[in-house]
Amino acid sequence: MSRKLMIDCNEASTICDKSQYNEANGWEKFKLRIHLFLCKKCSMYSEQNKLMTRIFCEHLLNHPDHIHLPENVKDDFKSKLKKQVN
Amino acid sequence: MSNLSDSENNKLDPDRWIDLYADYLFNYTTSRIDDIEQAKDIVQETFLAALKAMKNYRGEASERTWLVSILKRKIIDQYRKMNSKKGKAEIRVSFYEEGGKKGKWLEECVPQSWGNEAEIEFETQELGVALNKCLEALPDKYKAVFKMKTIDNIETEEICNELNITASNLWVIIHRARLQLRKCMEESWFKK
Repeated sequence: MSRKLMIDCNEASTICDKSQYNEANGWEKFKLRIHLFLCKKCSMYSEQNKLMTRIFCEHLLNHPDHIHLPENVKDDFKSKLKKQVN
Repeated sequence: MSNLSDSENNKLDPDRWIDLYADYLFNYTTSRIDDIEQAKDIVQETFLAALKAMKNYRGEASERTWLVSILKRKIIDQYRKMNSKKGKAEIRVSFYEEGGKKGKWLEECVPQSWGNEAEIEFETQELGVALNKCLEALPDKYKAVFKMKTIDNIETEEICNELNITASNLWVIIHRARLQLRKCMEESWFKK
């Protein structure tokens, strides 16, 4: 990662993505903050990116489709497990 | 059946595994692997692998957590298989290879204002449908990496090792997945 203070949109969007997973370091976050202050497009990307993280994360974690495995599949699992035990 | 763990804390009881955990593990898998048949196989393999690994169980984690940790390995294996099938060349490129000005947003990727971000209602069924549709439209590899990072919080280094990609490849994939998801949600949801 470059030591330059001023970064381009390419680097800014990468840092923005990393920070969605808490993987941007302090220096990167600082450079990003300055870039966002100056760049409207990236600033919008950053806001929308946060929202994207939130909705997709909540969705994927909270809404598994709660499918029940059919009983015959479970019975099949059980007999295979038994076979391996014996 | 006796349990093989020495620990006083948690015990393993394979006779009850299927009844107690099969549905949970199956749902855990289907939120990460789209193919139902593959998901069934993975759950089955998980139980069989767990049986073999029982002597390594230290009783520190709950039975379910322990089974999930085995399941995660199986899911990563599946991702890796998907990865090797598709070939690795396609992702060895940078953000702006399509003749865009270096470091600037490409025309078609420039973020648009949605205007109604604040009004978004979470947890509605329609939103769920839209999110699923957009996820399904992602290329397999993008979807796998996006899910591994976003819901499983798997370390970047681990994903890179498993999928044999570099960290910068990984961030390119994440960025593209997010761009595509954003565009899809923009069209199907935010601009409505």
